[in-house]
Amino acid sequence: MRRLPITPVRERHGGSRAELEAELAQEGDPEIGYYHSYEITGAVNGPGVRFTLFLSGCPLRCQYCENPDTWTMGDGRRVTTGRMVDEIAKYAAFVTTAHGGITVSGGEPMLQIRFLEALLRRCRHDLGLHTAVDTSGFLGDRATDEFLDLVDLFLLDIKSGDPDTYRLVTSADLAPTLRFARRLSDRGNRMWVRFVLVPGLTDAPENVEAVAAFVATLDGVDRVEVLPFHHLGAGKWAELGLPYQLGAHAPPSQELVERVEDRFRSHGLTVL
Amino acid sequence: MTQTVRSPVPGPRSATDRHPSGDTRAGDPWRGFRGQGWRGSIDPRQFLQDNYTPYEGDASFLAGPTDRTTALWARMTALFPQERARGVHDIDTHTPASITGHAPGYIDRDAELIVGLQTDAPLRRAIMPNGGWRVVETSLRTYGYEVDPRVAEIFTKYRKTHNDGVFDAYTEEILAARRSHIITGLPDAYGRGRIIGDYRRVALYGTDRLVADKQLVKSSLDALPSSEDVIRDREELAEQIRALGELREMAASYGFDISGPAGTAQEAIQWLYFGYLAAVKEQNGAAMSLGRTSTFLDIYLQRDLDDGRIDESRAQELIDDFVIKLRIVRFLRTPEYDALFSGDPTWVTECIGGMGADGRTLVTRSSFRFLQTLHDLGPAPEPNLTVMWSPALPQGFKDFAARTSIDTSSIQYESDELMRPVTGDDTAIACCVSAMTLGRQMQFFGARVNLAKTLLYAINGGRDEKSGLQVAVPTAPVTGDLLDYDDVLAKLDVEMDWLARVYVDALNVIHYMHDKYAYERIEMALHDHPVHRTMAMGIAGLAVTADSLSAIRDARVTVVRDDTGLVVDYRIEGSYPAYGNNDDRVDDIAVGLVERFMEKIRRHRAYRGATHTQSVLTITSNVVYGKATGNTPDGRRSGEPFSPGANPMNGRDRHGWVASALSVAKLPYDQARDGISLTSNLVPTALGKTAAEQVENLTGILDGFFGAHGFHVNVNVLDRDTLLDAMEHPERYPQLTIRVSGYAVNFVRLTREQQLDVIHRTFHGSL
Repeated sequence: MRRLPITPVRERHGGSRAELEAELAQEGDPEIGYYHSYEITGAVNGPGVRFTLFLSGCPLRCQYCENPDTWTMGDGRRVTTGRMVDEIAKYAAFVTTAHGGITVSGGEPMLQIRFLEALLRRCRHDLGLHTAVDTSGFLGDRATDEFLDLVDLFLLDIKSGDPDTYRLVTSADLAPTLRFARRLSDRGNRMWVRFVLVPGLTDAPENVEAVAAFVATLDGVDRVEVLPFHHLGAGKWAELGLPYQLGAHAPPSQELVERVEDRFRSHGLTVL
Repeated sequence: MTQTVRSPVPGPRSATDRHPSGDTRAGDPWRGFRGQGWRGSIDPRQFLQDNYTPYEGDASFLAGPTDRTTALWARMTALFPQERARGVHDIDTHTPASITGHAPGYIDRDAELIVGLQTDAPLRRAIMPNGGWRVVETSLRTYGYEVDPRVAEIFTKYRKTHNDGVFDAYTEEILAARRSHIITGLPDAYGRGRIIGDYRRVALYGTDRLVADKQLVKSSLDALPSSEDVIRDREELAEQIRALGELREMAASYGFDISGPAGTAQEAIQWLYFGYLAAVKEQNGAAMSLGRTSTFLDIYLQRDLDDGRIDESRAQELIDDFVIKLRIVRFLRTPEYDALFSGDPTWVTECIGGMGADGRTLVTRSSFRFLQTLHDLGPAPEPNLTVMWSPALPQGFKDFAARTSIDTSSIQYESDELMRPVTGDDTAIACCVSAMTLGRQMQFFGARVNLAKTLLYAINGGRDEKSGLQVAVPTAPVTGDLLDYDDVLAKLDVEMDWLARVYVDALNVIHYMHDKYAYERIEMALHDHPVHRTMAMGIAGLAVTADSLSAIRDARVTVVRDDTGLVVDYRIEGSYPAYGNNDDRVDDIAVGLVERFMEKIRRHRAYRGATHTQSVLTITSNVVYGKATGNTPDGRRSGEPFSPGANPMNGRDRHGWVASALSVAKLPYDQARDGISLTSNLVPTALGKTAAEQVENLTGILDGFFGAHGFHVNVNVLDRDTLLDAMEHPERYPQLTIRVSGYAVNFVRLTREQQLDVIHRTFHGSL
């Protein structure tokens, strides 16, 4: 397959580490959060039917991001923890009956980790919900052990096994994610590991092998999901005036998806 | 295959291995049955409770279709394209329908296991003029048939019809309300339907016993003075007895003696079907529902299986054959009727599953077998398979129902938990969502009123927003430009008072005349005496009305008047919470409307002391209602369809299916005992990636919805592209079935307008 010239997103539109630091500095009040939207999902964000909350703000700039409108925390809607819990409470019985719970996604939910922790504590203790966090793990160092104890399941995106590819895909370093994964493994946290398959970007056999080999060394991985890349987010990039670089990339063939899944399986991992 | 049974069967039993007829029954037809209570009095529920075998397992025991079934069904389906193209396959224009009016008919006499057709040939429709001659005449003209002058003379000169009677007694006020479409779909020109004979009685007892029982009841009335009520009861009982005799005669014409109880499963299905067939031979009811037969029949199938008389393949084959018959029930109806209830529905509703009062599940292997027909014969709108859902149902059955829904979009679900405390564990659904205790309760069907139009009348002082005519009693219209919530609500209250009065009045006239001129003799013969009656009102446009009131309260709504001062449009500034987002601010308005109208209806005495009920159901009439209604204060434009049933308006439910369903679940069943209908379209991927995940999540959301006191949900699992393709290429989708509102239709049989309405409905890509 012909490799197309792709550069990290941050280099293309001027996003910088400094911007991220500024956002992180803003974050801090556990009673105030910024969110993009919420919806009830039944397939993609953990077991069963789930209240899925998308927080805004993300340190990564993934080439294939479906929701570039969640990148900036301040663009989100401001909400108090109490108000959000009230909204979630309206669905608590339903999602619990339907074998689900709450998933906080993003953006990168751990960007607003104090709000996230306050929210999940109440979801767990007041509403009795099963909790999941959908994260890149990039900000894993910010997580306290108390926070990790509040999360029943991590949906951990490992977007690449090769650090250079990871940077090309996300504009960021791979190491924090691997470190976070190891920590979850050591503590006995449960995980679903997810890998987005983009032909011409993340499908190199050595890249896939690196992810698979690493994941195979982890404890607590209940399943691996290979997510086929798609163009559904492209429209949002255009709306935001961002240069989308994967326009010419076709979604992976069924054959490629199966080949990559088999790679994970060959390491004894459960792939769904 | 019954020759290969494992254990030898004694001589007399093997007789039923032959094509059954009345004289091949084996010994005591009740052999092996337990319990006493049902022997002394007519009580199929007690028989069922004493004898059925709950099944807690999964679907792995099922057998697929036999070659015979597949061939017979192929023979039928070959006739459908032409029927679809012409509107009807054929009509017998000469024979006013009755139980014994037509000679026996067959699809393929040698291949059929269960026999009997409405007329002497498959898909040939009968004329049923007792409901109304006009409908017959219009239908015949529409489909290019000549009216038989002899029949015309009878029904215009010598025999008065229900339709004639109604119009003799309607008031000017009713006529005006009817003309302006504030009250629509009234069963005043055809059969009212929504009465379910307890057809199980025919199989369990045979006709002789049923006649004897009715004679006993009738003679007990001899002691009473001959008041009008008593005279009517006596005459009705006499008609019931006569109808049972005709039923026996009709069965005999097919070579069966059904005077005694059925002795085998094949006979039980056949006897039961003859009972139902007699009803659909004589009555063109709006809904001709079957009841709750699968678990009853399972007792017979299980006995034959235990005896080695049949195997699973044969058991399935018998059910498949029965269902083929139910799929080809046809009535002659007019294009106007079709615009209201499109796709030629017959509502052969069959209730499956549920839980018994004693805590045992009512699921049996035959509950699975009925659902399996959708796999064996492909998806179909009829029979209207209705799963009585309870969180307590066995997981294996939940999973199979969910899988069948995902594959066929042909099942509706109703809350066993809400109904059981009210109508008991022998409840059956008539039509879409109307619960009744089988054999003990019947309904006076009342169609529905247009609540959104009522709101517009309130604003315009009783004038119609389209015609400008004064339809309701004149009241003070809104003055000034800005609508005030409390003012509009007070005016709406007055308008609803008027509507409730006129509505109950109209229904009293209709049902008096229907009893007089088109009495359901055979269906009522299969009920206890006295029967408990309900009168079912209905409301359409609940979401539009709730949203309009929400807009008036939370946004700024000003009116636009025409030269005559009539308010014809609205300007809305700002936003308002819309019904369907699990937001109490507006959901409470919808709840309040339901409660308020029910309370008003109850103030008016119903014919024959019927108990008032109400539904939030439109079937497909949401399109027609919308067409007849002007601009509304929620921003809906004149002529645009309402949402179906209790659904939120399309596109306004912005938080996904669950939020939308939880809004609907807030509507109180206690104030809408005739049912609350929700129709949902889910894109398959919304439920999950793998088939197993989809099944798990669908059972999960059904548990969640019914756990939240939801009453009814239609589940369609398909995407918009499939429907668009079906509009372009109907020939490729002959069996594509979609649930619309309380029933299912072949998508390709909907009018184009209705197809577009379905396509414009919200397709939930996530939950």
